[in-house]
Amino acid sequence: MSDFFTVAIITATLASGIRLAVPFLLAALGEAVGQRAGVLNLGVEGVMLIGAFAAYYTALESGSAAFGLLMGLVVGMVMGLIYAFITVVMHAEQGISGIGIYLFGLGFTDLLFQKQVGTPKPISGLQTKPFNWLADDTGRAGELLFSHTILTYVAFLLVPVIYFLITRTTFGLNVRAVGENPQAADTLGVSVNGIRTAAIVIGNTMAGLAGAALALEIGIFQQNLTAGRGFIAIALVYFGAWRPVGVMAGSLLFGIVSSTVLQLQVQDVISGSVASIANMAPAVLTVIVLVVVSRRIGQPAALTRPFTRDS
Amino acid sequence: MLKISDNQQGSSGGHGIGRYFRPFAGLAVPAGAVVAALAVGAILLGVFGANPLTGYRELFTGAFGGPDELAATALKSIPLMLVGVGICIAFRTGVINIGGEGQIIMGAILATLVALALPDVPRPVLVPLVMIAGGIGGGIWGAIPGALKAYSGVNEILSTIMMNIIAGFFMSFLLEDWLIEPGAIRIQQTKRLSHNADLPILPGGTRLHLGIVVALIVAILGYLLLFRSSLGMRLRAVGHNPHASRAAGMKVELSITQALAFSGACAGIAGAVLVFGSESHRLIGEGGPLAFTQSAGFNGIVTALFGGLHPLFTVLSSYLFGGMLAGGISLQRAVQVPQALVIALNGVVVVFVVGSLKLRTRVQRWAEGDIQMEDRA
Repeated sequence: MSDFFTVAIITATLASGIRLAVPFLLAALGEAVGQRAGVLNLGVEGVMLIGAFAAYYTALESGSAAFGLLMGLVVGMVMGLIYAFITVVMHAEQGISGIGIYLFGLGFTDLLFQKQVGTPKPISGLQTKPFNWLADDTGRAGELLFSHTILTYVAFLLVPVIYFLITRTTFGLNVRAVGENPQAADTLGVSVNGIRTAAIVIGNTMAGLAGAALALEIGIFQQNLTAGRGFIAIALVYFGAWRPVGVMAGSLLFGIVSSTVLQLQVQDVISGSVASIANMAPAVLTVIVLVVVSRRIGQPAALTRPFTRDS
Repeated sequence: MLKISDNQQGSSGGHGIGRYFRPFAGLAVPAGAVVAALAVGAILLGVFGANPLTGYRELFTGAFGGPDELAATALKSIPLMLVGVGICIAFRTGVINIGGEGQIIMGAILATLVALALPDVPRPVLVPLVMIAGGIGGGIWGAIPGALKAYSGVNEILSTIMMNIIAGFFMSFLLEDWLIEPGAIRIQQTKRLSHNADLPILPGGTRLHLGIVVALIVAILGYLLLFRSSLGMRLRAVGHNPHASRAAGMKVELSITQALAFSGACAGIAGAVLVFGSESHRLIGEGGPLAFTQSAGFNGIVTALFGGLHPLFTVLSSYLFGGMLAGGISLQRAVQVPQALVIALNGVVVVFVVGSLKLRTRVQRWAEGDIQMEDRA
């Protein structure tokens, strides 16, 4: 019982929680950009699966995890263009077409995996740990902060980057304008569909990257590898009230809760059934947060509304 | 928000040439979407080195080639029908229910608990009882996000997704501990449930069981509720225009809660059918929630949309999609392309159907004579 409460294990648990937060963080930050522009993408889960498979398969064939990461990013970008065409050009109902993207990603990656790979073959993940040399000298805190791969630092660095992008740049101003009042933005000469397409492509690229990060972290691919993480990422956007820092807090919460539950189970502190109850906690908490948030903070006014000039 | 087949009803008159095939104009676009999806599938089959024609012939004969195939298709379509009818009710009220997965699971759990508690009740009583229990379990799981949306403004898409996650972990909690089959092998499943709760096999020599009758009854009740009752009229009014409905004195909050409760109840009954119509007659959590629900919570959205959000057409479209699921197995056997292809194609169908709605409305308006084609040259 008391074995869990040693500094070494708690540090390892927190460090692993930070790693587990990375896919949530990447996907949710991307989704936040899209939603600020007024587009809900429920297909994050599907795009993550496609990104995960692309990264896994590339890493398996080429032996390069970095190349895999790049492929995850590229297929995410492609999915973004497709989703932009469906929702921005064809005005498809966003919630439902997202479910279509999800089903496509779920089936398509399972199909490719069974056909091209067959049996689960492990891949080696990213090895680039830029600050690892600091970890040895700085003890526990060093392990917590400096033992991660470069992707983890990139993901957390994207929090201020996205914040800056949304709040301090012309592009960000346009994103918020088309998300809140597309008619007014259009009157001022902003290309509503152009800005929305850009925001969707950014969001999906990050979802593809999130899937790639997950596949490289786990080291294998299997059917439904993401297991609902993409859907949680969407909820985290609401959880974080469309703000990058809030999204990061939510991602860390989900990551650390899962790593803690996993560690407690490994250490035999809790049984599998208790772990299931504990794993529910973030979802329950999210519902509670949604109740609080929906009262206080409004979503982007034009969220899910396609733009037409004559309406 | 979603006005899909409404245009097919209230329209009369029209003077364009399109009026001769007006009844079919609305169907042309979704049919085109399916053809397009099948074309995508043919390309995929070709890429994997299989002959698309052979593949589709196997898929078709595997789905509709004989009595056993027709029965297998019907079995696959039961959860789709039940979930789909529920989706019709929710979407027509303007509520997006993504929570079918969780509602199936909670229906299955409550039905299982009833069967465990009352194993000796005679079959004619126990079978309806477990079905009702399934409906109540799913109904409660739908009513919660419904009430949260109605009274607290919580986005139902998010809350139903969270309810799915909670239900999935709740099932594995129960099956890892309280409800696990006693014995040495720790598989996440209950013991074989009471024989009195088995869904009876229908006569005819196939494996088809009473679940199909349950699904058809629910579809008819769903139709009567939506289109032949004042309650359904209120639900649809809220779906069309909540502000006007409120101004007309309707309790919008109550309607939203009711719609998600009914929707969840239909999915919950699907959960009960999945347990008591299964060959092992137990609740199995091994392999995760998706393995138990067979993704029916999501696929039911596909069939409901394809059925124009009409419960009776949803029965037909569910049967067709059930055929894809059943035929996918033959497809895999014949051309060695995994049946996961069918799930991917379902996704493509959804995207094409919702992506073509703008087009469909335009075709319908043209058919009704509202748009002169030459004006748009």
